[in-house]
Amino acid sequence: MKVAYYPGCALHATAKEYDDSCQLVFKELGVKLQEIPGWICCGATPAHLTSHLLGVALPCKNLILADEMGLDTVIAPCAACFNRLKVADQEVKEDLELKKDVEKVLGRPYSGRVEIKHPLEIIVQDIGLEKVRKMVRRELEGLRVASYYGCLLVRPPEAVGFDDPEDPQSLDNLVTTLGGEALPWAFKTECCGASFSLSETDIVFQLSGEILNEALEAGAECIVVACPLCQSNLDLRQKAIEKRYRKRINLPVLYFSQLLGLALGMNMRELGLLKHMVDPTKLLEKTLA
Amino acid sequence: MKYAIASEKVRRTFAKQIEKISGERISLCYQCGKCSAGCPVAYAMDYLPSQITRFAQLGMVEKLMQSSTIWICASCKTCSVRCPRGIELAKIMDAFRILAKRRGIVPKGQIAPLFDGIFLGSIEKYGRLHEMGLISKLNIASGRPFKDLSLLPIMLRKGKIRFVPEKVNSPREVRNLIRKVEELESK
Ligand code: SF4
Ligand code: SF4
Repeated sequence: MKVAYYPGCALHATAKEYDDSCQLVFKELGVKLQEIPGWICCGATPAHLTSHLLGVALPCKNLILADEMGLDTVIAPCAACFNRLKVADQEVKEDLELKKDVEKVLGRPYSGRVEIKHPLEIIVQDIGLEKVRKMVRRELEGLRVASYYGCLLVRPPEAVGFDDPEDPQSLDNLVTTLGGEALPWAFKTECCGASFSLSETDIVFQLSGEILNEALEAGAECIVVACPLCQSNLDLRQKAIEKRYRKRINLPVLYFSQLLGLALGMNMRELGLLKHMVDPTKLLEKTLA
Repeated sequence: MKYAIASEKVRRTFAKQIEKISGERISLCYQCGKCSAGCPVAYAMDYLPSQITRFAQLGMVEKLMQSSTIWICASCKTCSVRCPRGIELAKIMDAFRILAKRRGIVPKGQIAPLFDGIFLGSIEKYGRLHEMGLISKLNIASGRPFKDLSLLPIMLRKGKIRFVPEKVNSPREVRNLIRKVEELESK
Protein backbone atom coordinates (compact mmCIF):
# COMPACT_ATOMS: atom_id res chain seq x y z
CA MET A 1 0.00 0.00 0.00
CA LYS A 2 1.34 3.39 -0.98
CA VAL A 3 -0.17 6.71 0.04
CA ALA A 4 0.67 10.38 -0.38
CA TYR A 5 1.90 12.03 2.79
CA TYR A 6 1.05 15.58 3.82
CA PRO A 7 3.07 16.38 6.95
CA GLY A 8 2.06 20.03 7.28
CA CYS A 9 4.11 22.79 8.90
CA ALA A 10 3.95 21.60 12.51
CA LEU A 11 5.40 18.18 11.75
CA HIS A 12 8.43 19.84 10.23
CA ALA A 13 8.98 21.98 13.32
CA THR A 14 7.49 21.70 16.81
CA ALA A 15 6.09 18.24 16.16
CA LYS A 16 9.10 16.62 14.49
CA GLU A 17 8.63 13.58 16.72
CA TYR A 18 5.12 13.05 15.33
CA ASP A 19 6.56 13.04 11.81
CA ASP A 20 9.39 10.66 12.76
CA SER A 21 7.17 8.24 14.66
CA CYS A 22 4.54 8.15 11.89
CA GLN A 23 7.19 7.40 9.26
CA LEU A 24 8.70 4.61 11.37
CA VAL A 25 5.41 3.03 12.32
CA PHE A 26 3.98 3.01 8.81
CA LYS A 27 7.15 1.51 7.40
CA GLU A 28 6.82 -1.31 9.91
CA LEU A 29 3.14 -1.74 9.04
CA GLY A 30 4.01 -2.03 5.36
CA VAL A 31 2.53 1.27 4.21
CA LYS A 32 4.73 3.40 2.00
CA LEU A 33 4.40 7.12 2.70
CA GLN A 34 5.39 9.36 -0.16
CA GLU A 35 5.69 13.01 0.83
CA ILE A 36 3.91 15.38 -1.55
CA PRO A 37 6.68 17.24 -3.38
CA GLY A 38 6.44 21.00 -2.90
CA TRP A 39 3.48 20.86 -0.50
CA ILE A 40 2.44 24.20 0.94
CA CYS A 41 0.79 25.26 4.19
CA CYS A 42 -2.92 24.39 4.31
CA GLY A 43 -3.62 27.88 5.65
CA ALA A 44 -4.73 26.49 9.00
CA THR A 45 -7.16 28.66 10.97
CA PRO A 46 -5.86 32.08 9.83
CA ALA A 47 -6.74 31.42 6.18
CA HIS A 48 -10.37 30.42 6.73
CA LEU A 49 -10.79 33.30 9.19
CA THR A 50 -9.59 35.79 6.62
CA SER A 51 -10.98 34.62 3.30
CA HIS A 52 -13.27 31.70 2.64
CA LEU A 53 -11.83 31.19 -0.84
CA LEU A 54 -8.24 31.23 0.40
CA GLY A 55 -9.10 28.76 3.15
CA VAL A 56 -10.35 26.35 0.50
CA ALA A 57 -7.82 27.05 -2.27
CA LEU A 58 -4.73 26.28 -0.17
CA PRO A 59 -5.81 22.74 0.80
CA CYS A 60 -7.05 22.08 -2.75
CA LYS A 61 -3.65 23.03 -4.14
CA ASN A 62 -2.10 20.27 -2.04
CA LEU A 63 -4.76 17.78 -3.03
CA ILE A 64 -4.05 18.52 -6.69
CA LEU A 65 -0.34 17.91 -6.05
CA ALA A 66 -1.23 14.57 -4.44
CA ASP A 67 -3.41 13.68 -7.41
CA GLU A 68 -0.55 14.44 -9.77
CA MET A 69 1.54 11.86 -7.94
CA GLY A 70 -0.91 9.28 -9.23
CA LEU A 71 -1.94 8.21 -5.75
CA ASP A 72 -5.54 7.85 -4.60
CA THR A 73 -5.11 8.51 -0.88
CA VAL A 74 -3.39 11.20 1.13
CA ILE A 75 -2.79 11.00 4.84
CA ALA A 76 -2.45 14.02 7.10
CA PRO A 77 -1.39 13.28 10.70
CA CYS A 78 -2.02 16.84 11.91
CA ALA A 79 -5.70 16.94 12.86
CA ALA A 80 -5.89 20.61 11.88
CA CYS A 81 -4.50 19.96 8.37
CA PHE A 82 -6.66 16.86 8.09
CA ASN A 83 -9.70 18.94 8.92
CA ARG A 84 -8.87 21.69 6.41
CA LEU A 85 -8.24 19.17 3.63
CA LYS A 86 -11.51 17.38 4.38
CA VAL A 87 -13.62 20.52 4.69
CA ALA A 88 -12.16 22.07 1.52
CA ASP A 89 -12.77 18.90 -0.47
CA GLN A 90 -16.35 18.65 0.75
CA GLU A 91 -17.15 22.30 0.09
CA VAL A 92 -15.74 22.26 -3.42
CA LYS A 93 -17.70 19.12 -4.21
CA GLU A 94 -20.95 20.65 -2.97
CA ASP A 95 -20.59 24.14 -4.40
CA LEU A 96 -19.95 24.40 -8.13
CA GLU A 97 -19.39 28.14 -8.02
CA LEU A 98 -16.76 27.76 -5.34
CA LYS A 99 -15.14 25.01 -7.38
CA LYS A 100 -14.92 27.32 -10.37
CA ASP A 101 -13.30 30.04 -8.29
CA VAL A 102 -10.81 27.60 -6.78
CA GLU A 103 -9.86 26.33 -10.23
CA LYS A 104 -9.46 29.91 -11.45
CA VAL A 105 -7.13 30.68 -8.56
CA LEU A 106 -5.10 27.49 -8.98
CA GLY A 107 -5.14 27.50 -12.77
CA ARG A 108 -5.86 23.78 -12.76
CA PRO A 109 -8.90 21.53 -12.61
CA TYR A 110 -9.82 19.91 -9.31
CA SER A 111 -10.65 16.27 -9.80
CA GLY A 112 -11.64 15.40 -6.24
CA ARG A 113 -10.26 11.91 -6.77
CA VAL A 114 -7.90 11.83 -3.82
CA GLU A 115 -9.27 10.44 -0.60
CA ILE A 116 -8.13 12.18 2.58
CA LYS A 117 -7.47 10.06 5.63
CA HIS A 118 -6.05 10.46 9.06
CA PRO A 119 -3.33 7.88 9.83
CA LEU A 120 -5.51 6.52 12.63
CA GLU A 121 -8.11 5.54 10.05
CA ILE A 122 -5.51 3.61 8.07
CA ILE A 123 -4.42 1.78 11.20
CA VAL A 124 -7.82 1.09 12.71
CA GLN A 125 -9.83 0.50 9.52
CA ASP A 126 -7.57 -0.36 6.58
CA ILE A 127 -4.90 -2.38 8.32
CA GLY A 128 -7.14 -3.39 11.19
CA LEU A 129 -6.42 -3.78 14.88
CA GLU A 130 -6.41 -7.56 14.56
CA LYS A 131 -3.32 -7.38 12.40
CA VAL A 132 -1.74 -4.75 14.64
CA ARG A 133 -2.28 -7.00 17.65
CA LYS A 134 -0.32 -9.78 15.96
CA MET A 135 2.58 -7.43 15.36
CA VAL A 136 2.89 -6.23 18.96
CA ARG A 137 6.27 -7.21 20.38
CA ARG A 138 5.89 -5.76 23.85
CA GLU A 139 2.64 -4.90 25.52
CA LEU A 140 2.05 -1.60 27.25
CA GLU A 141 1.13 -3.63 30.29
CA GLY A 142 -1.75 -1.90 32.05
CA LEU A 143 -0.63 1.61 31.12
CA ARG A 144 -3.52 3.88 32.11
CA VAL A 145 -4.20 6.15 29.17
CA ALA A 146 -6.66 8.98 28.62
CA SER A 147 -7.36 9.14 24.88
CA TYR A 148 -7.78 12.73 23.83
CA TYR A 149 -9.21 13.40 20.36
CA GLY A 150 -9.78 17.15 20.51
CA CYS A 151 -11.93 19.05 18.04
CA LEU A 152 -10.68 18.84 14.52
CA LEU A 153 -10.33 15.10 14.14
CA VAL A 154 -14.02 14.52 14.78
CA ARG A 155 -15.89 17.74 13.91
CA PRO A 156 -17.95 18.37 11.92
CA PRO A 157 -18.84 14.74 11.25
CA GLU A 158 -20.45 15.55 7.85
CA ALA A 159 -17.07 16.66 6.53
CA VAL A 160 -14.53 14.53 8.38
CA GLY A 161 -16.55 11.33 8.72
CA PHE A 162 -14.26 10.16 11.48
CA ASP A 163 -15.65 8.10 14.35
CA ASP A 164 -18.35 9.43 16.70
CA PRO A 165 -18.15 13.20 17.26
CA GLU A 166 -19.11 13.06 20.95
CA ASP A 167 -17.67 9.75 22.13
CA PRO A 168 -15.06 8.48 19.65
CA GLN A 169 -13.37 5.12 20.22
CA SER A 170 -10.53 4.67 17.70
CA LEU A 171 -7.71 5.81 19.98
CA ASP A 172 -9.18 3.88 22.90
CA ASN A 173 -9.36 0.72 20.83
CA LEU A 174 -5.78 1.16 19.69
CA VAL A 175 -4.61 1.63 23.29
CA THR A 176 -6.43 -1.54 24.36
CA THR A 177 -4.95 -3.46 21.45
CA LEU A 178 -1.49 -2.47 22.61
CA GLY A 179 -2.18 -3.79 26.11
CA GLY A 180 -2.93 -0.46 27.76
CA GLU A 181 -5.98 0.50 29.72
CA ALA A 182 -8.17 3.07 27.93
CA LEU A 183 -9.88 5.07 30.64
CA PRO A 184 -13.44 6.28 30.33
CA TRP A 185 -13.54 10.05 30.77
CA ALA A 186 -15.68 12.96 29.68
CA PHE A 187 -13.18 15.30 28.05
CA LYS A 188 -12.25 13.32 24.92
CA THR A 189 -13.45 15.97 22.51
CA GLU A 190 -13.25 19.15 24.56
CA CYS A 191 -11.25 21.98 23.01
CA CYS A 192 -7.63 22.56 24.18
CA GLY A 193 -7.58 26.15 22.95
CA ALA A 194 -6.10 25.05 19.64
CA SER A 195 -4.48 27.82 17.66
CA PHE A 196 -4.68 30.28 20.57
CA SER A 197 -1.41 28.90 21.91
CA LEU A 198 0.47 32.04 20.94
CA SER A 199 -2.26 34.68 20.77
CA GLU A 200 -4.72 34.04 23.60
CA THR A 201 -2.55 31.90 25.81
CA ASP A 202 -4.76 32.45 28.87
CA ILE A 203 -7.58 30.63 27.12
CA VAL A 204 -5.22 27.72 26.49
CA PHE A 205 -4.21 27.67 30.16
CA GLN A 206 -7.86 27.49 31.14
CA LEU A 207 -9.07 24.89 28.62
CA SER A 208 -6.00 22.68 28.58
CA GLY A 209 -5.84 22.96 32.36
CA GLU A 210 -9.34 21.53 32.64
CA ILE A 211 -8.45 18.67 30.30
CA LEU A 212 -5.30 17.80 32.25
CA ASN A 213 -7.15 17.94 35.55
CA GLU A 214 -9.93 15.76 34.26
CA ALA A 215 -7.43 13.19 32.93
CA LEU A 216 -5.68 13.12 36.29
CA GLU A 217 -8.95 12.59 38.08
CA ALA A 218 -9.82 9.74 35.74
CA GLY A 219 -6.62 8.10 36.95
CA ALA A 220 -4.52 8.58 33.83
CA GLU A 221 -0.75 8.11 33.80
CA CYS A 222 -0.48 9.74 30.40
CA ILE A 223 -2.57 11.25 27.61
CA VAL A 224 -2.47 10.04 24.03
CA VAL A 225 -3.20 12.48 21.21
CA ALA A 226 -3.42 12.63 17.42
CA CYS A 227 -2.77 16.32 16.80
CA PRO A 228 0.32 18.50 17.17
CA LEU A 229 -1.68 21.49 18.42
CA CYS A 230 -3.25 19.43 21.21
CA GLN A 231 0.12 17.93 22.07
CA SER A 232 1.80 21.28 22.30
CA ASN A 233 -0.95 22.91 24.35
CA LEU A 234 -1.09 20.06 26.84
CA ASP A 235 2.65 19.41 27.04
CA LEU A 236 4.49 22.66 26.38
CA ARG A 237 2.03 24.68 28.44
CA GLN A 238 1.75 22.17 31.27
CA LYS A 239 4.36 23.80 33.50
CA ALA A 240 2.59 27.14 33.36
CA ILE A 241 -0.73 25.40 34.01
CA GLU A 242 0.74 23.66 37.07
CA LYS A 243 1.79 27.05 38.38
CA ARG A 244 -1.62 28.52 37.78
CA TYR A 245 -3.48 25.67 39.47
CA ARG A 246 -0.76 25.36 42.13
CA LYS A 247 -0.82 21.66 41.56
CA ARG A 248 1.58 19.05 40.28
CA ILE A 249 0.16 17.44 37.15
CA ASN A 250 3.13 15.75 35.51
CA LEU A 251 1.17 13.95 32.80
CA PRO A 252 3.18 12.97 29.72
CA VAL A 253 1.38 13.69 26.45
CA LEU A 254 2.24 11.20 23.71
CA TYR A 255 1.33 10.73 20.10
CA PHE A 256 -0.53 7.52 19.30
CA SER A 257 2.22 6.77 16.78
CA GLN A 258 4.79 6.83 19.57
CA LEU A 259 2.82 4.39 21.74
CA LEU A 260 2.29 2.13 18.75
CA GLY A 261 5.97 2.34 17.85
CA LEU A 262 6.96 1.32 21.36
CA ALA A 263 4.67 -1.67 21.23
CA LEU A 264 6.12 -2.62 17.85
CA GLY A 265 9.57 -2.72 19.46
CA MET A 266 11.06 0.64 18.51
CA ASN A 267 13.12 2.60 21.00
CA MET A 268 12.23 5.83 22.72
CA ARG A 269 14.90 7.92 21.10
CA GLU A 270 13.98 7.10 17.53
CA LEU A 271 10.31 7.74 18.35
CA GLY A 272 11.21 11.20 19.63
CA LEU A 273 10.01 10.46 23.15
CA LEU A 274 12.90 12.48 24.54
CA LYS A 275 11.59 15.60 22.87
CA HIS A 276 8.58 16.19 25.06
CA MET A 277 8.57 18.77 27.83
CA VAL A 278 6.98 16.44 30.37
CA ASP A 279 9.40 13.54 30.43
CA PRO A 280 7.62 10.23 29.71
CA THR A 281 10.69 7.98 29.89
CA LYS A 282 10.40 6.86 33.52
CA LEU A 283 6.76 5.94 33.13
CA LEU A 284 7.40 4.06 29.90
CA GLU A 285 10.45 2.22 31.21
CA LYS A 286 8.35 1.02 34.12
CA THR A 287 5.54 -0.05 31.78
CA LEU A 288 7.75 -1.91 29.35
CA ALA A 289 9.94 -3.57 31.98
CA MET B 1 -30.30 47.86 28.02
CA LYS B 2 -31.74 49.39 24.88
CA TYR B 3 -30.67 48.16 21.51
CA ALA B 4 -31.15 49.85 18.19
CA ILE B 5 -32.50 47.32 15.72
CA ALA B 6 -31.46 47.88 12.15
CA SER B 7 -33.79 48.44 9.24
CA GLU B 8 -35.22 45.54 7.28
CA LYS B 9 -32.85 46.35 4.42
CA VAL B 10 -29.72 46.33 6.55
CA ARG B 11 -30.80 43.05 8.12
CA ARG B 12 -31.44 41.38 4.79
CA THR B 13 -28.19 42.55 3.26
CA PHE B 14 -26.20 41.34 6.23
CA ALA B 15 -27.91 37.95 6.30
CA LYS B 16 -27.17 37.58 2.58
CA GLN B 17 -23.51 38.45 3.03
CA ILE B 18 -23.21 35.86 5.77
CA GLU B 19 -24.92 33.25 3.66
CA LYS B 20 -22.71 33.98 0.67
CA ILE B 21 -19.53 33.37 2.68
CA SER B 22 -20.65 30.56 4.97
CA GLY B 23 -23.50 28.90 3.14
CA GLU B 24 -25.45 29.14 6.41
CA ARG B 25 -28.68 30.97 7.23
CA ILE B 26 -28.81 32.90 10.48
CA SER B 27 -32.61 33.17 10.19
CA LEU B 28 -32.86 29.49 11.14
CA CYS B 29 -31.67 30.15 14.68
CA TYR B 30 -34.48 29.95 17.24
CA GLN B 31 -32.37 31.02 20.19
CA CYS B 32 -32.36 27.77 22.12
CA GLY B 33 -28.92 28.53 23.57
CA LYS B 34 -27.46 25.08 23.04
CA CYS B 35 -24.45 26.54 21.22
CA SER B 36 -23.70 28.79 24.18
CA ALA B 37 -24.11 25.96 26.66
CA GLY B 38 -21.47 23.86 24.96
CA CYS B 39 -19.07 26.62 23.95
CA PRO B 40 -15.77 26.12 25.77
CA VAL B 41 -14.78 29.78 25.44
CA ALA B 42 -18.13 31.25 26.53
CA TYR B 43 -16.68 32.06 29.96
CA ALA B 44 -14.34 34.61 28.38
CA MET B 45 -16.77 36.16 25.89
CA ASP B 46 -18.64 39.41 26.44
CA TYR B 47 -21.69 38.03 24.60
CA LEU B 48 -22.67 34.39 24.26
CA PRO B 49 -22.57 32.81 20.79
CA SER B 50 -26.40 32.65 20.71
CA GLN B 51 -26.60 36.36 21.57
CA ILE B 52 -24.29 37.05 18.67
CA THR B 53 -26.58 35.18 16.26
CA ARG B 54 -29.46 37.25 17.62
CA PHE B 55 -27.50 40.46 16.96
CA ALA B 56 -26.93 39.18 13.45
CA GLN B 57 -30.64 38.50 12.94
CA LEU B 58 -31.41 42.01 14.12
CA GLY B 59 -28.76 43.53 11.87
CA MET B 60 -26.74 44.91 14.77
CA VAL B 61 -23.59 44.58 12.78
CA GLU B 62 -21.35 47.08 14.54
CA LYS B 63 -22.15 45.68 17.97
CA LEU B 64 -21.45 42.17 16.83
CA MET B 65 -18.13 43.06 15.24
CA GLN B 66 -17.01 45.00 18.30
CA SER B 67 -17.74 42.05 20.59
CA SER B 68 -14.90 39.93 21.92
CA THR B 69 -16.96 36.86 21.06
CA ILE B 70 -16.26 36.62 17.37
CA TRP B 71 -12.52 37.17 17.91
CA ILE B 72 -11.96 34.64 20.65
CA CYS B 73 -14.14 31.90 19.20
CA ALA B 74 -11.67 29.01 18.98
CA SER B 75 -13.23 27.45 15.86
CA CYS B 76 -13.74 24.25 17.85
CA LYS B 77 -17.02 23.51 16.05
CA THR B 78 -18.80 22.16 19.11
CA CYS B 79 -21.71 24.50 18.37
CA SER B 80 -21.90 23.25 14.78
CA VAL B 81 -22.31 19.66 15.92
CA ARG B 82 -24.96 20.40 18.53
CA CYS B 83 -27.25 22.98 16.95
CA PRO B 84 -30.74 21.44 16.70
CA ARG B 85 -31.43 23.63 13.66
CA GLY B 86 -28.45 22.24 11.78
CA ILE B 87 -26.68 25.58 11.64
CA GLU B 88 -22.92 25.39 11.35
CA LEU B 89 -22.37 28.29 13.68
CA ALA B 90 -18.59 27.94 13.52
CA LYS B 91 -18.80 28.79 9.82
CA ILE B 92 -20.95 31.81 10.61
CA MET B 93 -18.35 32.93 13.16
CA ASP B 94 -15.77 32.69 10.35
CA ALA B 95 -17.98 34.85 8.17
CA PHE B 96 -18.33 37.51 10.90
CA ARG B 97 -14.57 37.76 11.18
CA ILE B 98 -14.06 37.84 7.44
CA LEU B 99 -16.58 40.65 7.05
CA ALA B 100 -15.20 42.59 10.01
CA LYS B 101 -11.66 42.34 8.62
CA ARG B 102 -12.93 43.50 5.23
CA ARG B 103 -14.55 46.52 6.82
CA GLY B 104 -11.45 47.22 8.84
CA ILE B 105 -13.31 46.75 12.12
CA VAL B 106 -10.94 44.97 14.43
CA PRO B 107 -11.39 46.02 18.05
CA LYS B 108 -8.25 47.22 19.81
CA GLY B 109 -6.56 44.64 21.98
CA GLN B 110 -7.73 41.61 20.00
CA ILE B 111 -4.63 39.57 19.35
CA ALA B 112 -6.09 36.72 17.28
CA PRO B 113 -6.55 38.86 14.15
CA LEU B 114 -2.94 40.06 14.43
CA PHE B 115 -1.92 36.42 14.60
CA ASP B 116 -3.92 35.63 11.46
CA GLY B 117 -2.28 38.42 9.48
CA ILE B 118 1.28 37.55 10.52
CA PHE B 119 0.67 33.84 9.93
CA LEU B 120 -0.56 34.48 6.40
CA GLY B 121 2.37 36.83 5.78
CA SER B 122 4.70 34.00 6.69
CA ILE B 123 3.20 31.49 4.30
CA GLU B 124 2.99 34.13 1.60
CA LYS B 125 6.73 34.56 1.90
CA TYR B 126 7.93 30.99 2.37
CA GLY B 127 5.05 28.76 1.34
CA ARG B 128 5.16 27.23 4.80
CA LEU B 129 4.91 28.61 8.30
CA HIS B 130 8.05 29.87 9.99
CA GLU B 131 7.15 29.67 13.67
CA MET B 132 10.08 31.61 15.05
CA GLY B 133 9.26 34.53 12.78
CA LEU B 134 5.58 34.30 13.68
CA ILE B 135 6.27 34.36 17.41
CA SER B 136 8.67 37.28 17.34
CA LYS B 137 6.51 39.38 15.03
CA LEU B 138 3.35 38.63 17.02
CA ASN B 139 5.04 39.49 20.31
CA ILE B 140 6.14 42.84 18.95
CA ALA B 141 2.81 43.63 17.31
CA SER B 142 0.88 42.76 20.47
CA GLY B 143 3.22 44.69 22.77
CA ARG B 144 4.44 41.61 24.66
CA PRO B 145 8.05 41.40 23.45
CA PHE B 146 9.22 38.89 26.06
CA LYS B 147 6.28 36.50 25.97
CA ASP B 148 7.36 32.85 25.93
CA LEU B 149 11.01 33.85 25.74
CA SER B 150 11.80 31.49 28.61
CA LEU B 151 10.67 28.53 26.50
CA LEU B 152 13.06 29.34 23.68
CA PRO B 153 16.27 27.65 24.95
CA ILE B 154 14.60 24.32 25.65
CA MET B 155 12.72 24.37 22.34
CA LEU B 156 15.94 25.03 20.47
CA ARG B 157 17.70 22.31 22.41
CA LYS B 158 14.97 19.81 21.60
CA GLY B 159 15.02 20.82 17.95
CA LYS B 160 11.41 22.01 18.06
CA ILE B 161 11.95 25.41 16.59
CA ARG B 162 14.34 26.81 14.03
CA PHE B 163 15.84 30.18 13.23
CA VAL B 164 16.03 29.52 9.51
CA PRO B 165 12.68 29.21 7.73
CA GLU B 166 11.86 26.15 5.64
CA LYS B 167 10.98 27.30 2.16
CA VAL B 168 9.22 25.57 -0.69
CA ASN B 169 10.98 25.66 -4.04
CA SER B 170 8.62 28.16 -5.52
CA PRO B 171 7.24 30.32 -2.73
CA ARG B 172 6.18 32.85 -5.32
CA GLU B 173 3.43 30.44 -6.27
CA VAL B 174 1.75 30.95 -2.90
CA ARG B 175 2.06 34.71 -3.24
CA ASN B 176 0.40 34.55 -6.66
CA LEU B 177 -2.31 32.32 -5.28
CA ILE B 178 -3.09 34.84 -2.54
CA ARG B 179 -3.10 37.71 -5.07
CA LYS B 180 -5.53 35.85 -7.29
CA VAL B 181 -7.86 35.21 -4.37
CA GLU B 182 -7.81 38.90 -3.51
CA GLU B 183 -8.48 39.83 -7.12
CA LEU B 184 -11.46 37.50 -7.41
CA GLU B 185 -12.90 38.64 -4.09
CA SER B 186 -12.65 42.33 -4.90
CA LYS B 187 -14.87 41.84 -7.93
S1 SF4 C 1 -27.84 26.08 18.98
FE1 SF4 C 1 -28.49 26.77 16.91
S2 SF4 C 1 -30.66 27.32 17.14
FE2 SF4 C 1 -29.83 27.15 19.22
S3 SF4 C 1 -29.22 29.26 19.73
FE3 SF4 C 1 -27.40 28.27 18.88
S4 SF4 C 1 -27.43 28.74 16.69
FE4 SF4 C 1 -29.48 29.19 17.49
S1 SF4 D 1 -16.77 27.23 17.36
FE1 SF4 D 1 -16.55 29.13 18.54
S2 SF4 D 1 -18.62 29.66 19.15
FE2 SF4 D 1 -18.69 27.54 18.48
S3 SF4 D 1 -18.44 26.38 20.38
FE3 SF4 D 1 -16.41 26.63 19.49
S4 SF4 D 1 -15.54 28.47 20.43
FE4 SF4 D 1 -17.78 28.48 20.82
